[in-house]
Amino acid sequence: MEFFQERVHVTSREEIAPGIFVLRFRSPAIARQCRPGQFVNIRSDASFVPLLRRPFSISDVDKDEIEMLFNVVGKGTQILSRKIAGDEVDLIGPLGRPFDCSRTATHAMLVGGGLGVAPFPFLTRALIAEGHRITSFVGARTADQVISRNIKNCHVATDDGTKGFHGTVVELLRCFLEKESVDNVQIYGCGPAAMMRALSNLAHEKKVRCVVSLEGDMACGIGICQGCPVERREGEKKYSLVCTEGPVFDCEEIVIR
Amino acid sequence: MSPVTSFTIRKTEFQNRVFVASGTFGYGDEVGNLVDTSLLGGIMTKSLSLKPRAGNPPRRIVETPSGMLNSIGLANIGVEKFLKEKLPFLRSLRTKIIANIAASSTDEYCEVLRLMDSEEGIAGYEINVSCPNVKEGGLSFGTDCKKVREITEKLRLLTDRPLIIKLTPNVTHISEFARAAQEAGADAISAINTLVGLAIDLRTRKPKLSTVTGGLSGPAIKPVALAKVYEIAQAVEIPIIGIGGIASTEDALEFLIVGASAVQIGTMNFVEPSIAGTIARGIEEYAQRQNLKDVGELVGTLDANIEFSPLYSWLH
Repeated sequence: MEFFQERVHVTSREEIAPGIFVLRFRSPAIARQCRPGQFVNIRSDASFVPLLRRPFSISDVDKDEIEMLFNVVGKGTQILSRKIAGDEVDLIGPLGRPFDCSRTATHAMLVGGGLGVAPFPFLTRALIAEGHRITSFVGARTADQVISRNIKNCHVATDDGTKGFHGTVVELLRCFLEKESVDNVQIYGCGPAAMMRALSNLAHEKKVRCVVSLEGDMACGIGICQGCPVERREGEKKYSLVCTEGPVFDCEEIVIR
Repeated sequence: MSPVTSFTIRKTEFQNRVFVASGTFGYGDEVGNLVDTSLLGGIMTKSLSLKPRAGNPPRRIVETPSGMLNSIGLANIGVEKFLKEKLPFLRSLRTKIIANIAASSTDEYCEVLRLMDSEEGIAGYEINVSCPNVKEGGLSFGTDCKKVREITEKLRLLTDRPLIIKLTPNVTHISEFARAAQEAGADAISAINTLVGLAIDLRTRKPKLSTVTGGLSGPAIKPVALAKVYEIAQAVEIPIIGIGGIASTEDALEFLIVGASAVQIGTMNFVEPSIAGTIARGIEEYAQRQNLKDVGELVGTLDANIEFSPLYSWLH
């Protein structure tokens, strides 16, 4: 799939929850081409600290603008969080293998932990356009970190019980699957590794197809550096690369550690 | 008049002196439309071994101040698949292709080179005797002067194409290794490969990389690389290809001035995929401003009082 390098302007910045930001960029080439689940690799300025680009999921697209959702975890995200309208950044994208939304209509269950909900607004719109029914499950540590912006039919879980279900989002999904009569389900998951592991196990147990979007430590984002392997369950090949063969994988293909 | 940018290693002419380093440009087909490869002096391929290698378990990459640690472990598709699936595309590019070879025995180096030498479109070989991230071969070869000499001698008998030995800085005196390679028939030296480094996760007190240590690269290592190239330049006659943290035209010029005949861009390709072509153009413009007829006039022009250099007193 084709990708581009674009020097783009920030068009808006919003702090939607404490330490959680939405940045928008005018990026016509990437906006035209990108699909849900794909990411961009961002260089926020010309300095050597941080040196490498940072991969971010494209959370939504609106005409020639793309949107990115992130929280501040280090120097790179701190610099990004201080960008304001008019500032420049350099993007390479859209990268990676997108979610496949074109299957025959399903009951799509979107399961996100923390900032794992990032790709869901874009994914939700694409799934609705294809006629899928949507139920979303969003987990966070505590109430003010719950991100349900542009997410449809949303069930909430918090670790501390300050909002919605008291427990993890995967436990919430289990209750739902066991209580409601649902069929033709497909799960779309994104979140921290421990959550992805639990989700993958649950999907396997319930015999539900589950695709997840993974993170990887990558330098290039385009399959060169070989920095982001994920272990495959079987076959001749031991690893797949998150950047080019993912970030979206079927849970049955890979081992989540 | 624009200055001459081309230069020659063992009868093979390269259109300029800026290459992309092995492992930072894959097999040339990953960058899509982001890079005009016709601006490059050449492409050093990802290290190729006889059989495919899966590489090390994650985590393989950690960013460090102005640099990065990697422990990829020579993940590659193997020579056979390379020749069948990657070389045809590489051949179509308007630049020279240098195949980088890694192995865990002298015989394996020879076997890989033999398979490649009958193929058109490979301009030369860069021999990786310096990977810090594999158990066999790698550093155990690169830190053994006799082994470097032996490997070079054997490979020299097998090819008339340029033979470039890529050295590790993880030794006391890199110039001894360069001299051994020269005496054994190498046509050029690439220096430096990565420096062994370590990063720790304070929360778990575990190393961040699965292999504990990895190879440090990026702008952080440029001063070390310059000193190593300078040391080698005092010791050998054959061309040196300088590598280590080059991120700008100015960085590349520093390497030429201390004695490198050419340079490779490594880690910065990840950040700015088209940077090598930009630097090649920048060097040409600098030479023009300096009224040079040939970029080569810059090589080894360091104006230093070497009598005061501790390195110099050790070397002589």
